[in-house]
Amino acid sequence: MPAPPCASCHAARAALRRPRSGQALCGACFCAAFEAEVLHTVLAGRLLPPGAVVAVGASGGKDSTVLAHVLRELAPRLGVSLRLVAVDEGIGGYRDAALAAVRRQAARWELPLTVVAYADLFGGWTMDAVARSTAGSGRSRACCTFCGVLRRRALEEGARLVGATHIVTGHNADDMAETVLMNFLRGDTGRLARGGGLGSPGEGGALPRCRPLQLASQKEVVLYAHFRRLDYFSEECVYAPEAFRGHARDLLKRLEVVRPSVVLDLVHSAERLALAPAAQPARPRACTCCRALASRPLCQACTLLDGLDRGRPRLAIGKGRRGLDEEAPRAGAQPPPSAALPAF
Amino acid sequence: MCQVGEDYREPVPKDPPPPPRPGHEQQKCMKWCVKCKKGAPVLVIRAGDAFCRDCFKAYYVHKFRAVLGKNRLIFPGEKVLLAWSGGPSSSSMLWQVLEGLSRESAKQLRFVPGVVYVDEGAACGRNPEDRAETLAEVQSILRSTGLPWHGVALEEVFGLPQSVLRHFSQEPAMGDGAYKEAVDGFIQQQQGLGTEGARDSPSLSPGLEQLSWPSPHNPQSPARPHTAAETEALSRLFNSVRTLTAKEELLQTLRTHLILHVARTHGYSKVMTGDSCTRLAIKLLTNLALGRGAFLAWDTGFADERHGDVVVVRPMREHMLKEVAFYNHLFAIPTVLTPAIDTKAPEKASIHRLMEAFVLQLQAQFPSTVSTVYRTSEKLVKAPRAGRAASPSRPCCLLCLCMLDVDSADSATAFGAQSTTALSLRQAPALQTQAKEPTVPCCSPGLCEDRGCCRGARPSEREDLQACVIEQLCYSCRVNMKDLPSLDPLPPYILTEAQLRNHRAQAMQEIQEFLIEDSEDEVETGQS
Repeated sequence: MPAPPCASCHAARAALRRPRSGQALCGACFCAAFEAEVLHTVLAGRLLPPGAVVAVGASGGKDSTVLAHVLRELAPRLGVSLRLVAVDEGIGGYRDAALAAVRRQAARWELPLTVVAYADLFGGWTMDAVARSTAGSGRSRACCTFCGVLRRRALEEGARLVGATHIVTGHNADDMAETVLMNFLRGDTGRLARGGGLGSPGEGGALPRCRPLQLASQKEVVLYAHFRRLDYFSEECVYAPEAFRGHARDLLKRLEVVRPSVVLDLVHSAERLALAPAAQPARPRACTCCRALASRPLCQACTLLDGLDRGRPRLAIGKGRRGLDEEAPRAGAQPPPSAALPAF
Repeated sequence: MCQVGEDYREPVPKDPPPPPRPGHEQQKCMKWCVKCKKGAPVLVIRAGDAFCRDCFKAYYVHKFRAVLGKNRLIFPGEKVLLAWSGGPSSSSMLWQVLEGLSRESAKQLRFVPGVVYVDEGAACGRNPEDRAETLAEVQSILRSTGLPWHGVALEEVFGLPQSVLRHFSQEPAMGDGAYKEAVDGFIQQQQGLGTEGARDSPSLSPGLEQLSWPSPHNPQSPARPHTAAETEALSRLFNSVRTLTAKEELLQTLRTHLILHVARTHGYSKVMTGDSCTRLAIKLLTNLALGRGAFLAWDTGFADERHGDVVVVRPMREHMLKEVAFYNHLFAIPTVLTPAIDTKAPEKASIHRLMEAFVLQLQAQFPSTVSTVYRTSEKLVKAPRAGRAASPSRPCCLLCLCMLDVDSADSATAFGAQSTTALSLRQAPALQTQAKEPTVPCCSPGLCEDRGCCRGARPSEREDLQACVIEQLCYSCRVNMKDLPSLDPLPPYILTEAQLRNHRAQAMQEIQEFLIEDSEDEVETGQS
């Protein structure tokens, strides 16, 4: 059966069906439509003002590759300049290959690339070292908890290093939908209240961040990469199978079979959730240790690193947080224990 | 598994504690009920907590009463309609209410209950014989309760008035003081009645006379005889829906409208539904996936005031399904087993089924799943997210009656993303082949008359109606309507109301320029 003609240009044969609308398009028209939609998101959401220096968080994976490519196409129209920032988490056998892909992309697109490494930023802690340190703590090793927090921190550092005014990341609609489901299953009201928008406007001195691909489905991202013949690294991190996100991802895949629009429906839900004022996250302030954005006296990255340094990696995760007060950091003056006890 | 004497035919051992089974070290710590420390435990609800029969009953009843007491929403003497499906949770609720009424203690329930049963057989494709059989069973149970009851068939949606889809505002919510006053007034009134032995208003006399409720003049209305044509129309409607997900949502919508209608025509101001904690957790995640994020607090909260004059309350929301099942089993609560619309459907058939399977499976692995999701739902509020337009005059969804949650088409939101894709797709061919395709909807319904481009032809008229209905729906109902190929089989009250609203909006547009706006601050905050 010959492919139908492209529904947009009517000249070429259609090469794909758009997952969401089912419309048959040729490769060129699809890529143009995809770029137009990202442009629309950026303009309508007022994400990147003209003149912005944008740090693209590049991991070498499909999302960030597509994001960097689309933004590079759109950069003249948006009037922004791009910098690639990659983070080296220090995961042997995984990150090296991914970074090689990022380097190839940067060379091909002639974009300046900066690589920041966990080992340099966080006093020698690489993810492999963290994994080894958390290995003995019984339950899941919670590698992604560490890596996620530290990566955000590293990206911020890298962006400041290149003089960026904005940070963009490649999160797509599927990531967002998973996150909403996950936060509900965990009862994480703070994150539910915070999430939903296309990014944060940069409160408390942090750089504004946004996710221009948030309304694009993962399938379309892959299709775009395919038709633009983008070279990306597509392997799962060696620590990922232990993550809680797997449950949500699994569910989402099954839901999508039943109703293809479910991803966007979940994103819509996330945009509209209304949480009680008590559940709203605390007002952001600066970390007392590193001056980064924090909702507690110490930012999560510093808390995690502190726990690692003290040999109690789970200190800041879940119920481990209870241990935070019982033993203040060795350095610095501590109040006498009696003063720290709450009066009953 | 969780109950002593699991063989279901055997009566539960009451007096003698069960002999400790050898090699069962758990038995040691569960020798006595954790509550009274002397009764023989018969079941384990949470890990490690074994309850005896009486303590379990006390615990269960207390939970029910506590939910009602905590919320202080149901005033003494108020007429309350119990939505009973025959299933475990709503049956349990019905019996809780009956027990609360018959008790001679001071803590008697003081409202006046009635029961509504909706026969959904036609939507589920059951044959008349089976339906009649179920109905007989239902009637015998309802008669045994002695409460006034209303049996309605889902077919009656074809005779519903348009007013079902309207919001009737009620006087502003009353505070705690008002509740106390009402209770005191009611007690005084009742004491007066008790001594005089006369009653002026029959609607204010539950409780004391409960047992002697005259059964002959029960205002029960046995189902209005529905015609075969209506049954036909209903099954045609449900058969035309493409997905089970949309079918379930449609059924729920129609059922709600019907119950609302029964409540309004018989003067009930509250409707109680038997949603359990487990059910609500499933519903929460389902509705999240259906795009109902804005309405979660209405859909799963204790009270749902979206209809204005009739408030839906969910008093079973603290009971886990497991507790309900055990209570019903231990205390022989009668239930009616009817096949539902998703019976025998595979797990992958609908979002509802998938979520149910997912939550129950996760609950089996992590017993705190349901309660975590449920607690999260309690943190949700019934207000649009901060920074969103919140004008009180915002239109409501035609079907679910929630405030519309859609922005303008070209915003950077999930809705905006979808409507812009639809727009660009539609525009692209229209530019090229305008001459060939005159039936392509080329303008929004409001502008049709002006431009005169969609004139005459029947199909475009239908499209017009379709567009006008879609325009009046919330995000989630729009998605559901996409699975409905044609709106024609929908009950007439929905379509006529849609047209009426549309006309009103057009008339409003015409006089818009002459109206004086008095709320510039609200308009300003609309754009965020």
